[in-house]
Amino acid sequence: MDFAVAFDAAREALPYMLGGVIWTVGLIVGAMLLGLFLGVPLAVMQVYGPWPARKLVNTHVWLFRGIPILVQMYIFYFGLLSWLSQVPLLENLGLDSPFVAAVLVLGLTSSAYQSQIFRGAIQSLPAGQLKAARALGMSDAQAIRSIILPQALRLSIPGWSNEYSILLKDSALAFSIGVVEIMARMRSVASATHEPVSMTFLAGIIFFVLTWVGVKALNMLENKVRIAGYTRQGAV
Amino acid sequence: MSAIDIEKNGDVPMLEAVNLVKTLGGNRVLDGVSLALPKGCVKVLIGPSGAGKSTLLQCLNFLLPPDAGHISLEGRRVNGGSKRELCAFRQKVGMIFQDFNLFDHLSALENVRVALIKVKGMSKLEATERALAELARVGLKDKATLYPANLSGGQKQRVAIARALAMDPKVMLLDEPTSALDPELIGEVLAVIRDLAQLGMTMIMATHQISFSASLADEFLFMDKGRIVEQGSPAELLGRGSQSRTQSFCAKISELTGVAGEACELGDIKA
Amino acid sequence: MNEYFEFLTTELIPGFKEGLWTSIVVIVPSALLGALIGIVAGVLRVYGPRPVQRITEAYVSLFRGTPLIVQVFFWYFALPYIKFGEWSLVLDPIEAAVLSFSLCSGAYQSEYIRSGLGSIKRGQIRAALALGMTLSQAVRNIVLPQAFRRALPGCGNEIIYLIKYSSLASIITVNELTGMANTIAKNSWRNIEVFCTLGMYYLALVTIATWMLRLLEDALAVPGFERHKS
Repeated sequence: MDFAVAFDAAREALPYMLGGVIWTVGLIVGAMLLGLFLGVPLAVMQVYGPWPARKLVNTHVWLFRGIPILVQMYIFYFGLLSWLSQVPLLENLGLDSPFVAAVLVLGLTSSAYQSQIFRGAIQSLPAGQLKAARALGMSDAQAIRSIILPQALRLSIPGWSNEYSILLKDSALAFSIGVVEIMARMRSVASATHEPVSMTFLAGIIFFVLTWVGVKALNMLENKVRIAGYTRQGAV
Repeated sequence: MSAIDIEKNGDVPMLEAVNLVKTLGGNRVLDGVSLALPKGCVKVLIGPSGAGKSTLLQCLNFLLPPDAGHISLEGRRVNGGSKRELCAFRQKVGMIFQDFNLFDHLSALENVRVALIKVKGMSKLEATERALAELARVGLKDKATLYPANLSGGQKQRVAIARALAMDPKVMLLDEPTSALDPELIGEVLAVIRDLAQLGMTMIMATHQISFSASLADEFLFMDKGRIVEQGSPAELLGRGSQSRTQSFCAKISELTGVAGEACELGDIKA
Repeated sequence: MNEYFEFLTTELIPGFKEGLWTSIVVIVPSALLGALIGIVAGVLRVYGPRPVQRITEAYVSLFRGTPLIVQVFFWYFALPYIKFGEWSLVLDPIEAAVLSFSLCSGAYQSEYIRSGLGSIKRGQIRAALALGMTLSQAVRNIVLPQAFRRALPGCGNEIIYLIKYSSLASIITVNELTGMANTIAKNSWRNIEVFCTLGMYYLALVTIATWMLRLLEDALAVPGFERHKS
């Protein structure tokens, strides 16, 4: 292996590989938001919901935590979505796009994990919080919305930062259904240039930097919304 | 040698430390401490926190190897450098910790038994019998199968005492055995310690339980800044008209704790 | 439905049977090697001399900080390009899969081992020494049994992850479950049936493994060391 050649190849490939960052970030942002919007109600259902609702959440978590991301990508992209996109009414929704499939898979899986983060946070709050809100005449829904969730979401930030780095790594699997994110670009550049060593290192470095930046950003968010008396371990 | 020593002692003290020095993090925590424990004698270490009581006790069985000075058991000098000799020595010196240090993954019985099997090489059956006997001695035979997580603080400390006694120690070092206990649990542990003293166990104990230890101790050792600054019988040091530092320290403790204070523990009070 | 049933019995089950066997051939050695690497790296991170600690930390953050698929790609496609003089190392697909899974899994496992060891109070060793145990007796009889119990739920979880991520081996042409499913799907064009059945296989594997790990945890359970309900 010639280091000078490898280095030049990496430098030449850098702009193209960095172009993949947009797709990777798009996947992560989409998945985290989807996971958040599904995960919060799932967690509330699991803690406060009636028995059938709790069973439903458990099944959701079991399914999406049990099936590998790669397999889910195949199920959604080659199976469900390509079938749905042939249904007359849904033809023009772009459901057959690999990006949509990947965001759905990553987001649904993330919702299973995020629901468990929120559930832990809700359960770590002192029971007196809900009682005090009820004593003020709030309905349960009001109490959960305005008292419980604002506290629980703050406590969830460390869990999120973990979830972010997991999603980042899982997003690389979107290459398998044709999303042109970093991993996909690395693969095509590596075979075109016959420099797989420098290309894998380059991709590795990009992922590494993205992990670092995201975790830092979430730490900053955590400090910004911190309330006195709350620590990473929970309410004290 | 004081009168008590001559009375209780043959010739050689059971445990003797000469000129112990220990520096921790740049502080001279022990600054030349010497003491002798004659057989059957009970000595009590008192003094403000940070005086070096706990360090002294840990140096006495080489959990913290002293920087200088030496230690002898029954007149034989202990070579802290030899692993084998050290293990043999530590078997003969029982230690009780402030925070119990029961092995969290073992039941009360297994806690007492583990060293008998692993260190003394007893059979499981023999060790179990012995362990049950020791648990019975501290009144916990019926708790033998419970794990530390399910025992109260007082019960944990009694198991820890049973664990130490099972090794047939010649000397016991007790490092504030009741400091981590809730006030209502202190009595049960003190009762066990009193029994031990009455059976003639040689002991040295760091404690803030002044009146209890006054009724038990042959000698008080008052430590400050890494030295033993006063020593004598409880009567001499605490007696009417005594101007000793021990007296004023103890007065301060009783003042702070009030009438019921003797039952309380004062581990954190800085003199 | 009948049509699916016939497809299932004639095509899917025979094909998946072969794939399942290959999956196990990949998963079991990776899990064992990963645990071994994790224990060694975890112990070194806690008790090793400073330079060794640094090196293991670097290993862990490198393998935890990059996607597994990039690592798989490296060991299979890139490694042969690294020449040591005339010599270079070419791994067959299964070897490359086992190597990348065990190295990555080991990095994650070492985290649990490290925090398991770190959770043990110093007093435990002191008490053991005070009873006359040697340091190695104290580590074997007191520290390790406790650290093992504390690390077990995390390590078990990691094995569950390994089962799921073993599907990545299909990308470097290993014909394990996912690889077989790809082949069958390509030949039959019945994607939904093939991949949903494949999902069921993984669900079953993961559920059985979870259940076995629970049994192991229960067998070793001691008050004070329960799995934190989460």
